[in-house]
Amino acid sequence: MSNTPNRNRQLRSKLGRVRGLGSSHEGVHHWWAQRMSAMALLPLSLWFIFSLISLTGSDYVAFQSWVSEFGNSVFLVLFLVSMFHHAQLGLQVVIEDYVHSELWKMGLLLIVKYGSVLFAASGIFAVLKISLAG
Amino acid sequence: MAEDDRPLSPHLQVYRPQITSVLSITHRATGVFLSLAAVMLTYWLASAAYGPDSFARAQAALESWFGRLILFGFTFSLFFHMCNGIRHLGWDLGWGFDLVKLRMTGVLVIISAFGLTVLSWVMAYSHVGKL
Repeated sequence: MSNTPNRNRQLRSKLGRVRGLGSSHEGVHHWWAQRMSAMALLPLSLWFIFSLISLTGSDYVAFQSWVSEFGNSVFLVLFLVSMFHHAQLGLQVVIEDYVHSELWKMGLLLIVKYGSVLFAASGIFAVLKISLAG
Repeated sequence: MAEDDRPLSPHLQVYRPQITSVLSITHRATGVFLSLAAVMLTYWLASAAYGPDSFARAQAALESWFGRLILFGFTFSLFFHMCNGIRHLGWDLGWGFDLVKLRMTGVLVIISAFGLTVLSWVMAYSHVGKL
C-alpha cells in the first residue's frame, strides 16, 4: 500500500462493500424486512381494530359471515402473515440483544422462528376453514 | 478478549430515564407483548374454526374482566407500537433526529397512543349501546 495518509483506508474489503454486507455478513435484509412488514401492518392493523370495534357484540354466526367475506378473509390472512413475520424479526433482535448464553439464545430463536410459523399457519388455516365452510 | 467479556447491550438500569430511552424500551416491551396478542388472535380464530361451542368459550374468556384488561393492554400496546413505529420510519428517512423534534414526537406518540386506545374502547362500547 502507499504511504499517503489514511484518508481512503477501509477496514472492509472491496468485495464486502460491493455486496453491501456489514460485519454480520447479511447486509440490510433483516432491517428492510422489518420495515416492509411494518408498513404493511400500518393499514392492516387499523383495518383490524376498526373491524373488531364493529364486531363487538356479534354472535358466532355474525362472526362467521364476517370472516367469510372475501375481502375480510384476504386481509386476515395478510394480517397474520405480516404480523407473525414482523413479530419473529423483532423477537429475534430482542433475544440476540439480551440473551447472552449461546445455548439459551439458540433455543429461544428456534422456538420463536418455528412458533411463529406454527401460529401463522394455524391462524391462516382457521380463516380458510371458517370462510370455506360458511 | 474472551468471547464472554464482549460488551453487549447497554445496562438500562445505570442510565437516568429520559423520554427517548423510556419510549425506546417501551417500544420493545410492547412489541414483545404484541407477540402474545398475535398468538391470542390465532387462538380466537382457531376457536371459531372448531365450532360454536369453543368460540363461545373463547368469547367468555375474552369478555371476563381479566380478558378485557389484557385486551385493553393489547390495544394500548398496538397503538403505542404503531405510533412509535411511524416515528421510527421517520428516522429511517432521516427526519426528526434533533432533540427538539425527538422530544416533541415522543410526547405526540404518548398522547396519540392513549387517545386512540380510549377512542377505540369508547367506540366499541357505544357500538353495543353500553355507553
